[in-house]
Amino acid sequence: MSDNVSSLKQPADSAGIAALTRELASLIVEALNLEVAATDIGPDQPLYGEGLGLDSIDILEIALVVSKQYGVQLRADSEENERIFASLRQLAEYVNAHRTK
Amino acid sequence: MLAYRAGAPILAAQFLADVARLSTALGAGRHVLNVCADRYHFTVGLAASLLAGKVSLLPSTRTPEVIAKLKGFVPDAFCLTDEDECGVALPLVRFPDTAHPGERGAQTPAASVPRIDAGQRAAWVFTSGSTGTPVPHGKTFGKLLACMRVGAERLGLADGRSHAIVATVPPQHMYGFEASVLLPLASGNALCAERPFYPADICAALAAVPRPRVLISTPIHLRALMAAGLAVPETDLIVSATAPLSAQLASEVEQRCATRLLEIYGSTETGSIAARRTTATAEWRLWPEVALEPRDGETWAHGGHVEQPTRLCDLIEVTGGDRFLLHGRLADLVNIAGKRSSLAYLNHQLNSIPGVLDGAFFHGDAGDDAAAVARLGACVVAPGLSAAAIAAELRRRIDAVFLPRPLLMVASLPRTSTGKLPQEALRSIAAAQPKPTPAA
Repeated sequence: MSDNVSSLKQPADSAGIAALTRELASLIVEALNLEVAATDIGPDQPLYGEGLGLDSIDILEIALVVSKQYGVQLRADSEENERIFASLRQLAEYVNAHRTK
Repeated sequence: MLAYRAGAPILAAQFLADVARLSTALGAGRHVLNVCADRYHFTVGLAASLLAGKVSLLPSTRTPEVIAKLKGFVPDAFCLTDEDECGVALPLVRFPDTAHPGERGAQTPAASVPRIDAGQRAAWVFTSGSTGTPVPHGKTFGKLLACMRVGAERLGLADGRSHAIVATVPPQHMYGFEASVLLPLASGNALCAERPFYPADICAALAAVPRPRVLISTPIHLRALMAAGLAVPETDLIVSATAPLSAQLASEVEQRCATRLLEIYGSTETGSIAARRTTATAEWRLWPEVALEPRDGETWAHGGHVEQPTRLCDLIEVTGGDRFLLHGRLADLVNIAGKRSSLAYLNHQLNSIPGVLDGAFFHGDAGDDAAAVARLGACVVAPGLSAAAIAAELRRRIDAVFLPRPLLMVASLPRTSTGKLPQEALRSIAAAQPKPTPAA
């Protein structure tokens, strides 16, 4: 195992992902000052465009919050970038796999 | 050196060959909507269009509504794209796949630098205006280049060295069109094909190119870059535009990046017309030959590369000679994350939605968090329509950054007896809304 991998936390089980999903919902609502309640954002609801209606400014803001909270630096050329913001669950899975905090 | 992609140089000879090849493949339409995401492809497309006598279209947004309006303006418009999927409802021309690296050197004929007449119309740029239809502004080739030759001098990029110019802004908007495409072409500097987004991408894009290197960006991206806590590669110049940069953020950028930060002031209609070093002074210095003229409480710009006398949308105080101060926007103007529109235009779009009886956007309160992007709100009278349905209709018409937060359904708008709609009254409605509680 490389040094990078050993610094990652243990991958979460599905209950852990669900908890992370809720955490992210709260962070996003707070950071973007959204009018919706965090618990009303479904885990598979699209974040971008239709759905929650986030745009690229929001994505940048979320990336910042995610880097501060979980130590994850998003990269647009990562293969996963298309999927990361498809839903809260996708974002949670990405954060879970790459978090260093 | 004309360009870099992922740090690999693209020479002028390659560019000229790519331009010559594409210019014969564009088809008959005289108007090109160039949506290439890769900045080098965009530039080849621009040059090929010029060579073929075609005019590039630069609308500020590409919603279905705007595309429909473009078709009405220029029925022969087509779209040049370098992406697999392109949702634009125009005839598509695909940017040709680049030849295999091995083939390139062997088959590239020596192409000469094409001469383009200074008076040739290079582009139509569009502003929102006060009706529902975007307003076109013609840009001539000579004036576009002249503006950026001055720009290069004012930014210190005309010293004979080739600077790699990394930009977070798209080439399709006036600032990016000027600073990330025309500026390098006009001043012997190198453009970069990428358009980095996240802070980590910006750092990688800078690290990939040799010094001297420049970052062309906006307050939103610079703020994110500072907040990300990454080590920013040494950069010889950072440029910001599209919205005022706070002196505090400018200071932080200069200190942490050990660099100069210059701001550019301009507009879609006028192009860049002034610059300042934000940490040194609040005053802007005009491009030579551009002059400001007060008329009835407004300020008009003319001269130099400015195509025609143009009303500026900011409150301007001329402090003497070629210097001025900015005191904020004129009331109707909206600037969100560097994108400009007007309340009149947005209200027109809102009220054109079938089922909307009355509707109005309003500026939100600045709020406590000065760093967050302030959004517009809207109050709408539309019995029978949901907020979600209206949002979906708006999304087809206006740029996403202007979508209202919140979008409030109301029984009536708080119009005065003369029919006016005070912003304060609209904000009060929003403030009176209960905070959302979780659905049962």
